[in-house]
Amino acid sequence: MTTRYTFGGDEHIFVECSEEMSLEAFFKGMSITTALRNANIKGVTEICPANASFQVRFNPDIIAPDEMMRQLKALEAVAQSAPSTLNTRIIEVPVYYNDPWTHETGQRFRERHQDPTSTDIEYTARINDLDGIDGFIKAHSGAPWFVSMVGFVAGLPFLYQMVDRDRQIQSPKYLRPRTDTPRLTVGHGGCFACIYSVRGAGGYQMFGITPMPIYDPNQTTSYLRDFMCLFKPGDIVKWKPIGREEYDHTVAEVDAGRWQPRIAPVTFSLEEFSKDIDGTNARVMEALNGH
Amino acid sequence: MAINVLKPGLSTTVQDLGRPGYYHIGIPTSGGMDTLSLAAANLLVGNDAGAAVLEAVFMGPELEFTQDAMVAVTGADLPPKVDGQEQPCWTAFKVKKGQVLSFGFLKKGARGYIAVSGGIDVPVVLGSRSTYTLGALGGFEGRKLAAGDVLPVGQAAMVAEGRAVAEALRRAPGAPAELRMLPGLYWHRITEQAGKTFFEDTWKVAPEADRIGYRFKAGRPLDFVPRTPPFGAGSDPSNIVDACYPYGSVQVPSGTEPIVLHRDAVSGGGYMMIGTVVSADMDLIGQLQPHTPTKFVKVTMEEALTARADRAKTLKAIATALA
Repeated sequence: MTTRYTFGGDEHIFVECSEEMSLEAFFKGMSITTALRNANIKGVTEICPANASFQVRFNPDIIAPDEMMRQLKALEAVAQSAPSTLNTRIIEVPVYYNDPWTHETGQRFRERHQDPTSTDIEYTARINDLDGIDGFIKAHSGAPWFVSMVGFVAGLPFLYQMVDRDRQIQSPKYLRPRTDTPRLTVGHGGCFACIYSVRGAGGYQMFGITPMPIYDPNQTTSYLRDFMCLFKPGDIVKWKPIGREEYDHTVAEVDAGRWQPRIAPVTFSLEEFSKDIDGTNARVMEALNGH
Repeated sequence: MAINVLKPGLSTTVQDLGRPGYYHIGIPTSGGMDTLSLAAANLLVGNDAGAAVLEAVFMGPELEFTQDAMVAVTGADLPPKVDGQEQPCWTAFKVKKGQVLSFGFLKKGARGYIAVSGGIDVPVVLGSRSTYTLGALGGFEGRKLAAGDVLPVGQAAMVAEGRAVAEALRRAPGAPAELRMLPGLYWHRITEQAGKTFFEDTWKVAPEADRIGYRFKAGRPLDFVPRTPPFGAGSDPSNIVDACYPYGSVQVPSGTEPIVLHRDAVSGGGYMMIGTVVSADMDLIGQLQPHTPTKFVKVTMEEALTARADRAKTLKAIATALA
């Protein structure tokens, strides 16, 4: 895994930790960006972690590009000696899988899909050798996911499944992007899941919908009053399968300002995870039960 | 003081110098596409350079003033009229209580900046009054203007009428438009030959050109260096593991039509970028109409920084002349 540094014009440095996605590449990006934030370098205006890369925006009137590059490269060494441990939080996200709204949208854009005769969830279950929709839901919600990037549009999380590579769900993007995706659709493209924070265009497969808003520019949602976006890179997500009844109930509770997501603090160690994936995941998910 | 929107124009939004600091959660910079013109309009009417103005695309709005105000229109050649009487662009003029500001047909450029003394006084959201329509954030109710909207305007002392920005300080794209670009990011993904034709060809602004990004067509497609797709990237040769997109970066999905991301950029995605338009030339993109012939010009970091200094000098000269 060689780190590649490149300038994005006169205001950005783009750093690719690895060409391919891995939890190690994500962690490398997280540790360097954390070190950079702590270094408080004058002239740095934005630090944006992504899946296997990150980006730094700086003001070249305050810090010269070559000097910025030199300082950033020096931080890589500092970050490498830091332990790959992350103090973060786990957030439970209820999902109504195979819901009527994403199903209807999928049907409207069926000619743009690899398999026009089936649904996104059936198709993805089949190409991943999973036992139908139930088998898919079990695989999708059985292990936690890392928020490896927030972006594309405001507050949209990209999530990376915390299992070894041969167990990861993979699915191609639509052949041609849709012009519509319901708000709060749980989607999937390549090896990444996402939650569409707003309604709009999209190319990811659609598996379900969450009743839980994750972006609220008006900040009226009870748990988004402090900040309008719920997710930040490094958060861990546990999907909780729910049915229509619980979906409707949660929507009503959210609207009434009474609903709170289940969130618990958790520590994650990459070393521990590498040694025992299922054991680590069980411990991480158990935090939601208050133990 | 308030302004009544009688007709909104095509896509008129409230913008200032932008909302930096939130790109890591997908909230783009926003702000005027041509901030040099935006700042000039503000300085003409006695505002701070970064006060909120209206950005009108291709077609101006029709606005009724409820108080006297000083107004200036810069950027595109979008001739302003007060009660039907044409006024010069890049010049401060007075609009009296009850008068209507309207616009003639666009003659040149793409975006007009309408500054009003006191500034458009919508609430500050995350440090800016700029509109980010995709996220329904900031500006006037997070959207473009509609007929019937009432825009709040801040208090201001009146400056003199007739102050103008000298012709030589009004920056506009040439013919063809030239956008200086620093190669980098995933430049190594395209072949040497593709790297040559990209700069040789004259591209044309495609109809899909908005605040998110400008698409260009009519150049030769770019060939890729063969590879085995990295895990998580996707099968198209232009795919990468989803990453951040720098403001001004030039992505080329499938190697066909380059897209330069602008103020309301999607903050990341899975297409490789071959470089970044230098900060000094982002203003010019905001003034490109569809079909405008455009060339990308290869520059070094040193040249990019010289261009940046030149732009700062222009702004300083405008500010000094109007101080």
